[in-house]
Amino acid sequence: MKTLDLTMALVVGGLFSTGVYLLLQRSLMRALLGFILLGHGANLLLLVVGGPPAAPPIVAGGESPDPRVYADPLPQAMALTAIVITFGVTTFLLALAYRSWLLSGHDETQDDVEDRRIGTAAERADVEPAPAARPDTPERGEGDR
Amino acid sequence: MLGLVVLHLGCAAALPVLTRWLGRAVWAVAAVVPLAALGWAFAQAGPVLDGGAVTERLAWAPALGLELAFRLDGLGLLMVAVVGGVGVAVLAYSAYYFRRDTGREAGLLLAFAGVMFGLVVADNLFLLYLFWELTSVASFLLIAGRGRGPEHRRAAEQALLVTVAGGLVMLLGFVMLGQAAGTYTLSEILADPPRGGLVPAALVLVLVGAFAKSAQYPLHNWLPAAMVAPTPVSAYLHAAAMVKAGVYLVARLAPGFAEVAPWRELVLVVGLFTMVAGAWQALKETDLKRLLAYGTISELGLLIALLGVGTRTAALAGVLTLLAHALFKSALFMVVGIVDHQCGTRDLRELSRVGAALPGLLTVALLAAASMAKLPPFVGFLGEDAGFEAFLHDAFAGHGWALAALTAGSLLTVAYTARAVWGAFAGKPGVAANGPQRPAAGFVAPAAALAGLGLATGLAYPATAALTTAYADLYPHSGGGTPYEPALWHGLTPALGLSALTLLGLAVHAARDRLAAVSARLPRLPDGERAYRAALVGLFQGAVWVTRRTQVGSLPLYLTVVLVTVVALPGAALLLAAPPLDGVPVWWTPLEVPLAVVVLTAAVAATLMRSRLTAVLVTGAVGYAVAALFVLHGAPDLALTQFLVESLTLVIIVLVLRRMPTRFTPAEQAPRARRLRAAVALAVGGFVAAFAVVASQARRGEGVSVEYLRRVGETGGENVVNAIIVDFRALDTLGEISVLLVTSIGVASLVRVWRGAVAEPASAAGAGPRGPGPRAAPQRGEETRAVSWDAPHERWLPGAGDRAGTERSVLMEVVARLLFPSVVVLSLFLLFSGHYRPGGGFAGGLVAALAFVLRFLVGGRADLGLAAPVDPAVVAGAGLTLATVTGTLPLAFGSPALTSTPWEVHVPLVGAVHATTSLFFDIGVYLLVVGVVLKLLAASGGARVPARPASGRGGR
Repeated sequence: MKTLDLTMALVVGGLFSTGVYLLLQRSLMRALLGFILLGHGANLLLLVVGGPPAAPPIVAGGESPDPRVYADPLPQAMALTAIVITFGVTTFLLALAYRSWLLSGHDETQDDVEDRRIGTAAERADVEPAPAARPDTPERGEGDR
Repeated sequence: MLGLVVLHLGCAAALPVLTRWLGRAVWAVAAVVPLAALGWAFAQAGPVLDGGAVTERLAWAPALGLELAFRLDGLGLLMVAVVGGVGVAVLAYSAYYFRRDTGREAGLLLAFAGVMFGLVVADNLFLLYLFWELTSVASFLLIAGRGRGPEHRRAAEQALLVTVAGGLVMLLGFVMLGQAAGTYTLSEILADPPRGGLVPAALVLVLVGAFAKSAQYPLHNWLPAAMVAPTPVSAYLHAAAMVKAGVYLVARLAPGFAEVAPWRELVLVVGLFTMVAGAWQALKETDLKRLLAYGTISELGLLIALLGVGTRTAALAGVLTLLAHALFKSALFMVVGIVDHQCGTRDLRELSRVGAALPGLLTVALLAAASMAKLPPFVGFLGEDAGFEAFLHDAFAGHGWALAALTAGSLLTVAYTARAVWGAFAGKPGVAANGPQRPAAGFVAPAAALAGLGLATGLAYPATAALTTAYADLYPHSGGGTPYEPALWHGLTPALGLSALTLLGLAVHAARDRLAAVSARLPRLPDGERAYRAALVGLFQGAVWVTRRTQVGSLPLYLTVVLVTVVALPGAALLLAAPPLDGVPVWWTPLEVPLAVVVLTAAVAATLMRSRLTAVLVTGAVGYAVAALFVLHGAPDLALTQFLVESLTLVIIVLVLRRMPTRFTPAEQAPRARRLRAAVALAVGGFVAAFAVVASQARRGEGVSVEYLRRVGETGGENVVNAIIVDFRALDTLGEISVLLVTSIGVASLVRVWRGAVAEPASAAGAGPRGPGPRAAPQRGEETRAVSWDAPHERWLPGAGDRAGTERSVLMEVVARLLFPSVVVLSLFLLFSGHYRPGGGFAGGLVAALAFVLRFLVGGRADLGLAAPVDPAVVAGAGLTLATVTGTLPLAFGSPALTSTPWEVHVPLVGAVHATTSLFFDIGVYLLVVGVVLKLLAASGGARVPARPASGRGGR
């Protein structure tokens, strides 16, 4: 059975916990670090659910490979590209934090005032449909002159 | 049949354009199309009326059960005749009615005729649903009109909401029915109707949709409200055609499902109640159109009951009444429209002596009204006689009280018919005569034709019988004797007696004043209109309530909600359904433990640090430890990449951090918020860990990668991970490097573009409005002093001379100078050996990028420019282009995209060199990674360092 061991589960869980904790903060820089930790957790998870440790999947030519000897290469390939993408997104987040700092002097996420305005729309405008006109005085059809 | 639908819609689209040249003649063009449909249908009449059917099928998405299936049978033929025949009449009538917006109204009416035609010949449940909703949309557009008042918009909205909501319920029923039957083809479902299971529930849902469309109590209010529409629209959509869709669906399904409880109970109770209540309400209306609308509701109730009950005689009565109703009701609407048009009002309290002024119109109205009152020899009588016959003799539970309700409803029908004719044409004491002008003959002709047809189909009852029995014969003839045939004279039967009894309705009309007094004292029916408004207001208020509570504008809160949902729902499922965790080892190798301790300690430390730099470095430690874990798990490629990426990330973050405050902005955090955050974080972590263990335990089959391992030889390499990236799943890689390029462009835009202009990096960071200005001033003084005594004289790096002396380190410059070529060679080695050993385009590119980072950190921006004298965007673009071209080139040779071909060249001295075309793909990846990193360096490190030379130290 190719189950996960408890140590690795603990590590993955710990990375997710710390990542989420940082991600929930208002400082964009902390959120960025949280994102990096989450990325580590996810990449590690991809790899370790593939199976227990085994030989690197490098198969010498002509050999008829026994899959039990080698580590599963597919999660590795996925995690590899995921690492590079995480890098790209990390730099993008960093640029966001930097720009926020340039524009506002700090890198905190602000509450969205527009969102609050939507919530109080009822007080500011009459959202109820106008009452129906008396049913026995409908308007005329087009043909009336 | 598809052709006819397309013809309708195509002509409808062309009509607004044609109107410019043709003017009113455009109506004639429009009328030709339904006439063609009518002609086509009657050309098929022979085989269809013998019980056959004309079918047409076109696969659309067969895997989803979607098929453009059409089928014309007896019922379909009758409906096509109604839709097409009334359509022609209404379009002809409209030529005299509409004065403006001719193109729009003509196009919409014709489009409606097309989708209605499609609806009645559709043989697939989804296709039927499609046409069903399209008729609702056409109705909405025709009621709302263009530039009409809020009354119109509200009525249109109500009609749309009620019928479409009913349609959605019906769709649910269709899906359940189709799943139970295993097919969505209507004729196949009816040939072998499913039973049991969800079928009763499905039928109730379908009936709700049909009731909403056919304006049955309590979903009827939209129909009287829709009377604000122009009269041709009322005559066609809201009397003859669209409202018949629900009736049609009941008629279509009844042969298969009438026996399934609670179908019969529902159609009888709802239909007959609607019949009586609608007729009663019609007696109270003073607006002639609304009077007729309640009459329509009443008749639709009757039709639902007759067609839904599921016996042969009742079905015969139903189709006869359906035909009769289409003829007389649209004719009457047209008459009312003409009265309205000529007199300027359609309120019966303001009309007087119109009949005397317009005797021709009165004749037409009387012809139609006689059919509505079900008098012989009109076709309405044929239907009523069959209806009484059915409820008298057919054995089904509750036919006694159904007969009573039918008789009462018919009696009231006579009464409101009398009221309509009296209201429109009679002289009333105390009301001045209106003295209308005589309408054009062509204006009256369509109504006259329809009313005359009501008489003709009654007199020529054998022909009418031929048209209608084809559907009724779907039911087996029960009981003894010969099956019932429609005729004007069956002898002195009880049914004839009941018909005579309904004439008492005239007495009801005569006693209208006393009746009004009685009805004023009767308790009123619950007002469906008010319920509809209340529901609408409640919906709006509910939406605002939900918005206010969910959309508070705080991102961390939104994220918390998402995460709590993740933990609560899948987490609860995990707890409930998780298998016992036996056989889970504590570790696979003891080496994991110290690394795990490092990872966890560093990760926890990262959450606690107050200094940005320390937090970043600690996070880096996590990354390196994770790389070590990758090695342990047999993933050297992964470890290599992780290691390189971690270093690059550190460098770039530190380069940016130089310009930001060293400490995090101290946040005023309530302890409660912090505890909540920690609890959510721990819950998410716990959930992921548990999920990982359980999910990995559930693995049973062999991985797909077994095949990759076996066939790696075909790629000409040995490293399976690399083979997956550049060969087996190269398309994924192509997508991923594109994403990478896009993020780097995003970064460059965010950092460099300053309020619309490309800012010079120096001004962006150093002299920017809110940049760390105070530090810049002493720096400049320091710089000038430094140059005088500490500038190195040797030029180990060509571009390093541009930097201030205090920032330079000869030792570093020497090391960088010596290392740079070696690192580049290493990167090329990793690139080319990637097929056989750990490495490949990603790793090679990252190593090369690190070499440039080294030059940048030590020699500065100018040196980097000398080391890589090309635009980073060109490098990255070239990489993506190379990878894409390598991928698409095989197409030119007839192979699938991204096929790789091994080849062999003989190089002097080296000998035979094996390679595959996928190597070029890998080179593309390499170039792209280098280009992206150079671009990031230019963006993040491009600015001159305003602070102390943190760059040189931060990098190591």
